[in-house]
Amino acid sequence: MIAIKTLPDWAALLTAFLVLAGAALTMIGAIGLVRFRSFYERVHAPTLGATLGIGGVLLASMVYFSVSETRPVVHEILIALFVTVTTPVTMLMLTQATLYRDRAEGRAPKITDAPPLPADVITPAPVAGAGAPSDQTERLAGQNSLKTGAPGAVSDPY
Amino acid sequence: MSMTILTWSLMAAQFMLAIAMVCACLRMFRGPRAQDRVLAMDSLYLNGMGLMLVFGIVSGSTLYFEAALVIALLGFVSTVALAKFLMRGEAIE
Repeated sequence: MIAIKTLPDWAALLTAFLVLAGAALTMIGAIGLVRFRSFYERVHAPTLGATLGIGGVLLASMVYFSVSETRPVVHEILIALFVTVTTPVTMLMLTQATLYRDRAEGRAPKITDAPPLPADVITPAPVAGAGAPSDQTERLAGQNSLKTGAPGAVSDPY
Repeated sequence: MSMTILTWSLMAAQFMLAIAMVCACLRMFRGPRAQDRVLAMDSLYLNGMGLMLVFGIVSGSTLYFEAALVIALLGFVSTVALAKFLMRGEAIE
């Protein structure tokens, strides 16, 4: 079953090291996929295998076939390039979909240390003729008028 | 001596990649929500591709490279389609 050709020592040891390192990193990433608690932690773990793990295995394959066939075999670069380009795209799309689903169900991820983003702060809409606007509303409206440059935006009842 | 090391490290690498695939399967069956299952399936595709490459080294044939390339393409397309499905409820608009 095993049909390994005889290689020089340095090539055999290099291939063994690269393939072991790649497989071990992939396994560590998969164990992280099982053990982390929330999705936003879990999405980081398999990328260890997708970058360094696959890279190690591909480098080992390149070294092995280049030495055993005594000509440079570099078509593994195709897979490396493809995986490197596509993994961030898939992870970004998946995380965006997750964030959208979590927000739609009203359970957005907890941000404990970071201050809330300006887009996340819900500003009360000023009601026309409802008396004096509160301090915060006035300040926000002032910011709006500064941003848009319109001087009379404070009493704008939209 | 070094060929013995290479043989045993290739077997160990196959074993570790198989464990990684088992972990991904575990997350896919256990995952509390759909996105966990999609993430586990993406990881399963990548681990299967690595196993195919290691098997190509073991058998000394470059034919497994094409299989690994096809697995990478299919994994990317299916993960993107599933992510779009999770986002919008339909894959093709």
